[in-house]
Amino acid sequence: MSYNKRLDGRKFDEVRKMHAKVGIIKRADGSAMFQIGDTIALAAVYGPRELHPKFLQNPERGVLRCNYDMASFSVTERKKPGPTRRSTEISLVTEKALASVIDLDLFPNTVIDVFIVITQANAGTRCAGISAAAMALAHAGIPMKDMVAAISVGKVGDKIVIDLDKEEEDFEEGATDIPVAMTARGKEVTLLQLDGDVTKDEVMEAIKVAKKGCDEIHKIQTKALKEIYKNE
Amino acid sequence: MNDYIVSLIEQGKRIDGRKFDEMREAHVEINISKNAEGSARCKIGDTEVMVGVKMDVGTPYPDSPDEGSIIVTTELSPIASPEFELGPPGIQATEIARIVDRGIRESKAIDMKKLGIVSGEKSWLLFIDVYPVNDDGNLIDASALGTLAALKNTRYVNYENGKVKFGEFTDKKLELEKTPITFTFIKIGNSILLDPNAREEKAAEARLSIAVYGGRIHALQKGGDRGFTEDEIEKMIDIAIKKEKDLKKVLDKAK
Repeated sequence: MSYNKRLDGRKFDEVRKMHAKVGIIKRADGSAMFQIGDTIALAAVYGPRELHPKFLQNPERGVLRCNYDMASFSVTERKKPGPTRRSTEISLVTEKALASVIDLDLFPNTVIDVFIVITQANAGTRCAGISAAAMALAHAGIPMKDMVAAISVGKVGDKIVIDLDKEEEDFEEGATDIPVAMTARGKEVTLLQLDGDVTKDEVMEAIKVAKKGCDEIHKIQTKALKEIYKNE
Repeated sequence: MNDYIVSLIEQGKRIDGRKFDEMREAHVEINISKNAEGSARCKIGDTEVMVGVKMDVGTPYPDSPDEGSIIVTTELSPIASPEFELGPPGIQATEIARIVDRGIRESKAIDMKKLGIVSGEKSWLLFIDVYPVNDDGNLIDASALGTLAALKNTRYVNYENGKVKFGEFTDKKLELEKTPITFTFIKIGNSILLDPNAREEKAAEARLSIAVYGGRIHALQKGGDRGFTEDEIEKMIDIAIKKEKDLKKVLDKAK
């Protein structure tokens, strides 16, 4: 099955239009918005703050706690408010995507809470959430060894394409979605998921393509972070 | 902090320099989320709320076979304040949702009969979901105003051959019969303050929310541990009636 032309006319390695803004939620210690195409993610960071219940505290290192949530109106058919098995899993992989760049040893007994809300969904929401959360963590002044960006890559028909939209995800001959998060300088993969059927070479190509996309996101993240300090 | 707020108020001052009956600047933006049938962002000062309207078709209640219904849900997502926690809606969230719900339902802002499809069998359900994004006090008024803006800009989803086609929108707009605007006051000492910010809310001893439309009262909700005198209630109603047109303007101007 040949996929010669993308449904929305983009090149195979072209990401949708992106926009980032830092400092969107005043009550939060750090916050950011990340938009990619029609997908919009908000992220807020609270902490480091005291962790309750107390038995969860770790005297050696702080705890990073992420929560991913979709607004009920963000999708075409209303999503019932509250956690789902899907959102619980995404919260977990988001945590793992971000944990390696944060020096949690500096914050024993505390928690750094990251809350992500998707306000408009058109594929790639977990990646948008991670890209937003990384900016929010930096904005909160949490010491970070590196920046994290995330993008979904996928196989649509016979092609590896970057940043699938909803229409491509629902491609009738099947699409394989491979969300990837990567650190900006270290180029370490901190999120990697896949459901579908691809070869080893295709996985390696997907990671290469994701690297390029993450570089682009990283530029936008840096610009948005600099923007807020320029205004202060 | 509370002592400071109280001592300022005794001197006739508010922490952000406003007059006692002065609202913070309100701003409404519509169509903030493409997949929603209607949506809006409402800001009152630094308080920010997002409201989304989703539609579905369900079975009417047996006691109103020709009518549709509305379901208002508020989720105090921890994104908006260090004081909010994850979990099912608590007392505060439920109260906000109920005040917004009553402001719409009891004022007959929506003619529920127009939401009927087949008597006793099918009618429209309107899900109104309120998400505070930043809580700097007075979530009630921001939620109520945001809800009106979202409803005013709600288009029906496609419903064909007994099936709702989610994601396909029609040109048919939801009709709003009225736009009752909610104003919330608090009492600190013997002073009455309109539109409290988060720090003032902490020092509040009593609270009253009033929904007005065309100079008439459509909903009231008293909160807080202390009471109000008759004079105080009259004063608050007068202010709400006087200010209605200001927020109506904000609502009508929303883009």
